[in-house]
Amino acid sequence: MSEILLKATALGKQYGGLRAVSGVSIDVHRDEVHAVIGPNGAGKSTLINLLSGDVCVTCGAVMMGENDITALAPNRRAMAGVGRSYQKTTIFQNATVFENVRLAAQAHGGRPLRLFGAASRDGNVNARAEAAIEAAGLTHCFDTVARFMSHGEQRQLEIAMVLATEPRVILLDEPLAGMGHAEAQRMIALIRGLKDGRAVLLVEHDMDAVFALADRLTVMADGQTIASGSPEYVRSHPAVRAAYLGHDHAAAEGEAA
Amino acid sequence: MAHVSKLWRRGAFALVIAMAIALPIFAPTYYVQFAAKAMLMGMLALSLNLVVGYGGLVSLCHAAFFGLAGYVLGLMTPESAGASMWLSLPAAVLVAGAAAAVIGALSLRTRGIYFIMVTLAFGEMLFYLFHDTKIGGGSDGLYIYVKPQLAIGGATLLDLENNHAFYYLALALLAGATLLVRELVRSPFGRALCAARDNERRALSLGFPVFRVRLTAFVISGMIAGLAGYLSAAQFGFVAPQMLGWHLSATVLVMVVLGGVGTVLGPIVGAFALIGLEEALKASFEHWKLIKGLIIVALVFLAPGGIQQLAALSRAAPVERKGPPAAPQSTEALSNV
Repeated sequence: MSEILLKATALGKQYGGLRAVSGVSIDVHRDEVHAVIGPNGAGKSTLINLLSGDVCVTCGAVMMGENDITALAPNRRAMAGVGRSYQKTTIFQNATVFENVRLAAQAHGGRPLRLFGAASRDGNVNARAEAAIEAAGLTHCFDTVARFMSHGEQRQLEIAMVLATEPRVILLDEPLAGMGHAEAQRMIALIRGLKDGRAVLLVEHDMDAVFALADRLTVMADGQTIASGSPEYVRSHPAVRAAYLGHDHAAAEGEAA
Repeated sequence: MAHVSKLWRRGAFALVIAMAIALPIFAPTYYVQFAAKAMLMGMLALSLNLVVGYGGLVSLCHAAFFGLAGYVLGLMTPESAGASMWLSLPAAVLVAGAAAAVIGALSLRTRGIYFIMVTLAFGEMLFYLFHDTKIGGGSDGLYIYVKPQLAIGGATLLDLENNHAFYYLALALLAGATLLVRELVRSPFGRALCAARDNERRALSLGFPVFRVRLTAFVISGMIAGLAGYLSAAQFGFVAPQMLGWHLSATVLVMVVLGGVGTVLGPIVGAFALIGLEEALKASFEHWKLIKGLIIVALVFLAPGGIQQLAALSRAAPVERKGPPAAPQSTEALSNV
């Protein structure tokens, strides 16, 4: 099995009396898409936020290779190689596609906070931004201001920004949410390309996409992991069928079979 | 079309610079002093705009940095001689920068309206420090009888008692500060500062150390405000606690908004407009403050992007009707407060 790039052990997050996530252990390997599914409120987004540092853990540890990144702020984790997308598109709405991606490339270039010299003239940063825009399939709207783009293109732009940070681990929080069929197909193809040399953790509700993309699956319910393994294993797991598809659905499929 | 408007703008800019340089030759002394005062207010507004316009951080304590630097000059000036500018100017700017570092480090942990309130509270603390203690003459303030000396080995380089000399010094330093801010906002640092303003969460998840970027901008801004305060104290020969008060902070904020947040030159235009307006109204009306208020309200309604937007509209109104209206970036800087 390939190298483990991100590993979380016994993660927990408690908000007052509510345990949003408890005792979740998960690892993501290089060259794999690890999908996390579960009903609404299962703690999937919280899990991503714990991994990216947007939310502080109550207990547990997050490791990147040999490095403990549990205590690092989100920007430090980004520098360590964690890139992420958000459930609600999080981009610079008033900037062009190029400027959005250029900022991402700048953050991971040499001397990202240089005080002098025009930012737009850094050839190395510009080249990396252009490459990421091309990889995300947005070359046709290079100079478009982000807020004038379609929802699907904005999500593609978010992926381009993540790519420009040259991450080793990519966390995607419902990248297909709100997309039409054609847009979704394009995004699925894009995500499939992301795992090359990287580890991808995907939270998604669209089951067709999940089964098309996932090399491994983890199912969460009520903040806990109820099953984890290959898509075939998870698909046939009784607890998953009960929690996720509902008892009736599980029974109906059983009859049909 | 864009090319022509760029040429037009450059021409207008060159004309303003030429007029600024020629002003002392034809204008009476009163107006030379008046222009120097307006330039120093412009410098203060320029500094505030770095954090308000580009950082999206509405600070209400910039007068404190301005006044603090003025007090440093006041306290460093001997009774009957001028302070050495080589010593007192860097000292004043450094003290303002240090104050900005402390206030920024604490207040930048808050956001939006809370940031405004915390900076206001710090500004008022410094105001009362000078108002209610014996430091710098308490509420009476402090006279600076002799202007600072700029000399090398006894030879005076620039006699600041001369109004023209002072005017050119202020003009040169304003030009320098403007170029500095222009360079900063175009640099990778400036882009990161704007990114944090537009979407803090995304800026962080891209890897930008948002707090450090903002603190750096706040300190640089405080130092430029300090430079303006030092020169202002030198010009008037007097410092008083009012120099640090929130009233001045708010006035400068009006200058920034009036001129156009998020443009380098806008705040300087705003400072001249506001001070010029005051001067013109004072001369003609008894209740001039009331009229000033009405004019400001009207301007904000007509041109939410500032005077610069008004100028742009009057020139290019028929052409720019295509496509969705591009909201001026400046108003959005304030909308996430």
